[in-house]
Amino acid sequence: MALALPMLASAQQGESHVGKLSGQAAAGKQLYFRYCWGCHGYRGDGNGENGPYLNILPRNFVAATFKCRSTPTGTLPTDEDLYNAMTRGLNNSNMPSWITLTAQNRADLIAFIKTFSPRWKTDKAGDPINVPAEPAVTLDSIKHGKELFTKLECWKCHGPEGHGDGPSASTLTDSNDQPIRPYNFAAGSRFKCGATNHDLYKIFMTGLDGTPMPSFADVIKPEDAWDLVHYLRTLQVTRKSAELALWMSSKEGAEVVNAQKIGGTPTGSGIKQ
Amino acid sequence: MYEGSPRLGWRKLTFCASGFVSVLLFLTVFLNDSPYALALPLPTPHVRAIPAFARKYGMPCSSCHEAWPKLSAFGQAFKDNGYQMGNDRDAPIFQQPAYWPVTFRMTTFWHRESVNRMQVDDPTSTTGGQMEGKVTTHGFDWSGLDFHTGGTLAKNVSFYVLPSSDNTGAFHFETVMARLDNLAGSSWLNVKLGKFELDNLLSEKRILTLTNNSGVYQNYHFQPATENTSLFTFGIGDNQVGAEWMGHSKDDRTRISAAVLSSNDGSPGLPTSRGYDAFLTASQAFEVGSLGLQRVGVFAYLGQAPTYFQFNEGGAPVPGTGIGNKGFSRIGFIGMWYVKKFDFTTMYFHGSDSAYLGTGTPANQPLPAGAQNPAWNGALIETHYTYNPQFIIINRYEAIRMSQQALPIVAGGGFVPGVSVPSSNFGDIDAFTIGYRYYPFISSRAGFAFHNEYAWVRQRRTSPVNFLDLTSSSLMFGFDFAF
Repeated sequence: MALALPMLASAQQGESHVGKLSGQAAAGKQLYFRYCWGCHGYRGDGNGENGPYLNILPRNFVAATFKCRSTPTGTLPTDEDLYNAMTRGLNNSNMPSWITLTAQNRADLIAFIKTFSPRWKTDKAGDPINVPAEPAVTLDSIKHGKELFTKLECWKCHGPEGHGDGPSASTLTDSNDQPIRPYNFAAGSRFKCGATNHDLYKIFMTGLDGTPMPSFADVIKPEDAWDLVHYLRTLQVTRKSAELALWMSSKEGAEVVNAQKIGGTPTGSGIKQ
Repeated sequence: MYEGSPRLGWRKLTFCASGFVSVLLFLTVFLNDSPYALALPLPTPHVRAIPAFARKYGMPCSSCHEAWPKLSAFGQAFKDNGYQMGNDRDAPIFQQPAYWPVTFRMTTFWHRESVNRMQVDDPTSTTGGQMEGKVTTHGFDWSGLDFHTGGTLAKNVSFYVLPSSDNTGAFHFETVMARLDNLAGSSWLNVKLGKFELDNLLSEKRILTLTNNSGVYQNYHFQPATENTSLFTFGIGDNQVGAEWMGHSKDDRTRISAAVLSSNDGSPGLPTSRGYDAFLTASQAFEVGSLGLQRVGVFAYLGQAPTYFQFNEGGAPVPGTGIGNKGFSRIGFIGMWYVKKFDFTTMYFHGSDSAYLGTGTPANQPLPAGAQNPAWNGALIETHYTYNPQFIIINRYEAIRMSQQALPIVAGGGFVPGVSVPSSNFGDIDAFTIGYRYYPFISSRAGFAFHNEYAWVRQRRTSPVNFLDLTSSSLMFGFDFAF
């Protein structure tokens, strides 16, 4: 039995499990050296030949620190987390969506990626956090979220209007000591780790490991977290959402949002001529 | 590269394999000196592989190409999405100002071309008689030059311009188009305008074979040998001029397109026709376990072509005044099958032309006696073994069989234009190609391939004097490179 356990762990490192799919590292290796090595490197350390030219360095699989997880901060992600990140791509980076690969291909790649780091031999993936059902959006929840945005000092990085221009923004670096910009909510683009409210909830409850974005799991209660989600959606002033529509139906919300919207100029620059 | 890298093994293996196949191909042809040779003079392909895209996104060519220029599913999706990754780095503003989306491609090579029955002067004739002779030539040569410029003008606005030359340096525009991508945020709404490759699943512009006999798909360009190609020339593999709507699912598994095209076979300046054609395609891909992504599709080209000119000036036709339009159609079914490292493309093709086009008869004149609509069926099977991104073996067989000749068959006779053909198989084609490409390196900056290939084509009963089988062959090895 004592001998069997390490063998089992070793076998698990060469596999991935995503739903009913089982990925195999041997098959993933061929795919990796077709699609991934240019950025992530032969060793999986993020030092591919294109690495130096990318302004967000490719993921270092040897360090096994991953931004997009459903698991608590500091833990390894689940296979499904890695699979979803690969399928979705990472916005504001050079990592594209690999949805065109077959599901089996993606599962195989996950299995191979896990062979780069010894962490997958010694650690288990964390348990996914519990995401409670989303409560209805109300003006009260948005206003409470706004208070939390101030109280938790989100504005220090993301800026008071969520433009990613807070007083600390210019000083931030990631775990590679590379400058990193906080998310600009006003751009309305997809979040790095998903597009839904559920994804947004997970982002600040698990944190983005390897970046200055911490986990708030120990700081706020789940119901407060949903209020913050609702408020953050209203900062995406260029993207239609139920939260934004509700917020704009109030006098306070309309004033805040309209102040951010500048349009109708010939060049689209917002500068009246 | 670190010691555990599989690429070390791949390189040794692929180098050995490429050497072996090269010698094999060489011996096959030189020792045998095949009596079958040469073929129809066919256009030089303008093959596409775009290191400029690789440089823009910092990805190796193997991401978008199973073996360049053949697209992978990921590369096809990139193209369908308007040369965009969809990751917010697509607009030119994200590039260094010095970035210039230009790629050139050229091939230097040695080749041997042979035709078994070419029309030549009969040296024994005192009356200018003609005879047939086998003509074989070989030597070092180079291809035309392609300048590919393409990419995005802004997010969801893409373009592609391809000035292309023959090997004398005479340029023309092979592609000139702009495309509005993902209109209304939908991947189902993409509209392009200009001169572009038809949405062929089996792309002739990404063909892996390069010789005079294999640089195009025979099925895509076949016209019955009875036709007058000075007025009606058409190839489904030729880039056409028009407007195309194309839509696809987010994962590119489902693809559909419809195009309206000017009936001038992609020639600029409306030289012949004022008519319009239509090209329709649809395909669906599906996953089969660990085998890979399989795809089936259908396409149809429904066109018309003029049979004579309305006006002449000084005896010469006034361009663009072709009238007496008669119809033609090309319909095909295609399957792309993957079994791990093997893939097979199978295609069934059916073509039919009006009897007027088939006999080269102006529509204001009576058809020859016994004339009927020519029709034919074609088949293609192309097999690849992609050992790894650096080495691919290619094999292709095409067959075209006339099911109905345009003119009456007079057994034992020759081809008499406007009167008769010598046999029911007059003009039938068989084409066979085998070759390989070896890419010594894969990078995101440039592409280089060692290319070795042998191709053979036979067209039945079309030799110019005796109406026997006309065969031709090509052997080629060389360097194919792009930057």
